[in-house]
Amino acid sequence: MPIATKEDIAQRVHEALVEFGAEPGAIVPEARFELLDVDSLDLVELAQIAEDDYGVQIATEDLKRIETVGQAVDLIAERAG
Amino acid sequence: MSRRVVVTGVGAVTPLGVGAEPLIERWAAGECGIVDGLGGCRDFDAAVLLDRRSARRADRFTQLALVAAVEALAQAGWADGAPVPPERAGCVIGTGIGGIGTIEDQHDRLRDSGAAAVSPLGVPLLMSNAASGAVAMSHGLKGQCFGTVSACAAGAHAVGAGLRMIQHGDADACVVGGAESALTPLAMAAFAAMAATSPTGVSRPFDARRDGFVMGEGAGVLVLEAEGAARARGATPLAVLSGYGATADAHHITAPEPSGDGAARAMRAALADAGRAPADVGYVNAHGTSTPLNDRSETAAIKAALGEHATTVPVSSTKSAIGHLLGAAGAVEAVATVLALRRGIAPPTVGWEQRDDDLDLDYVPDSGRALTRNGHAPVALSNSFGFGGHNAVLCLEAA
Repeated sequence: MPIATKEDIAQRVHEALVEFGAEPGAIVPEARFELLDVDSLDLVELAQIAEDDYGVQIATEDLKRIETVGQAVDLIAERAG
Repeated sequence: MSRRVVVTGVGAVTPLGVGAEPLIERWAAGECGIVDGLGGCRDFDAAVLLDRRSARRADRFTQLALVAAVEALAQAGWADGAPVPPERAGCVIGTGIGGIGTIEDQHDRLRDSGAAAVSPLGVPLLMSNAASGAVAMSHGLKGQCFGTVSACAAGAHAVGAGLRMIQHGDADACVVGGAESALTPLAMAAFAAMAATSPTGVSRPFDARRDGFVMGEGAGVLVLEAEGAARARGATPLAVLSGYGATADAHHITAPEPSGDGAARAMRAALADAGRAPADVGYVNAHGTSTPLNDRSETAAIKAALGEHATTVPVSSTKSAIGHLLGAAGAVEAVATVLALRRGIAPPTVGWEQRDDDLDLDYVPDSGRALTRNGHAPVALSNSFGFGGHNAVLCLEAA
């Protein structure tokens, strides 16, 4: 699996959130998931994408701690690194 | 407490197109939406008709219901919200199988990639009550909400449940319907394995050559309202839902009781509920699946229920025009019956040509015809019967 940069991961997270139905223009690092109408089911899917694309394991407990787009990108990048 | 209930809006997605108008227009013209032995909704594109989030959070059967519901609610004048308090508006959508496409997809993932690959949306997509929940959520309906599951009678049971809800005073309005999307490898193989589907891929209800049903998909939704409240707000009733009868054969898990006794009892019950007599019936929208067993026992049931009047009543099946929509069939056919009553026509049993022994009713061959009025607004029965021995019959009258 090639090394992913944080920018790569941010782009992939953005794509996933758009796919989930979030308004593209509202997806910024500080955006809170609840305001994007992204819920816990979406976050489980995001974790599955992180595992598929970056080999990163994100547990349900981890998901409870992330509240913003930036926190999700940071978590995936940290584990991918 | 028993109140008259009217239909104020209808919506449908069927193999004849997206919308209730294409359904009645094309069926009445004798057209058939079945292609290559399947009744697929080829004009339906969820990516165009639904927002991205709603589409991806819904199995195709729920997507079909959501689109049919938008049409029905718009016609009822509910586009800006229900005219009754949300807590007084129910929602009942039936299905025969539910999200079987999702089940098959997720099972592929489980087999190929393991449990961790199964989607967290698997359950909310596959559950049989997903359509009722999604329609209620989309339109803020906060009264009773559930799905009905009775195979090919599910749509009619949903309509009947909504009728009782309003008659009894548990709700003032109810969005009811049925939805099915089971043109999947497993479902098709399973129906074929039991020799229920037509090996020739042709639906010919009541015809001597009939050899099974053709699977179809789609959804039908009706808005039911207490008549007084509907008229008070200036709504235009499309039809009166005047009666409902439901029974069980308790005979065999798939075969109908040959004499049609269970089905006949449901027809009589619907007429009694409506305060109508056999002589009042001007049209029967038959279950008419094109299977050898159903069409024979249903013919016997109609004769038993309507007696001497049976041979004078036009009886037609929608299924050779759209296929068998399973759990959606009863609701789609109720929509079609409402619109047939409004047009004053009995649409044809498309493709009927050869009379079978003992199947001697008027199956409306060739083209539709005007409904006769015996001094009153036409009264129609819409029959739905399901594997499991479920019989549900609706009585509809021109408003």
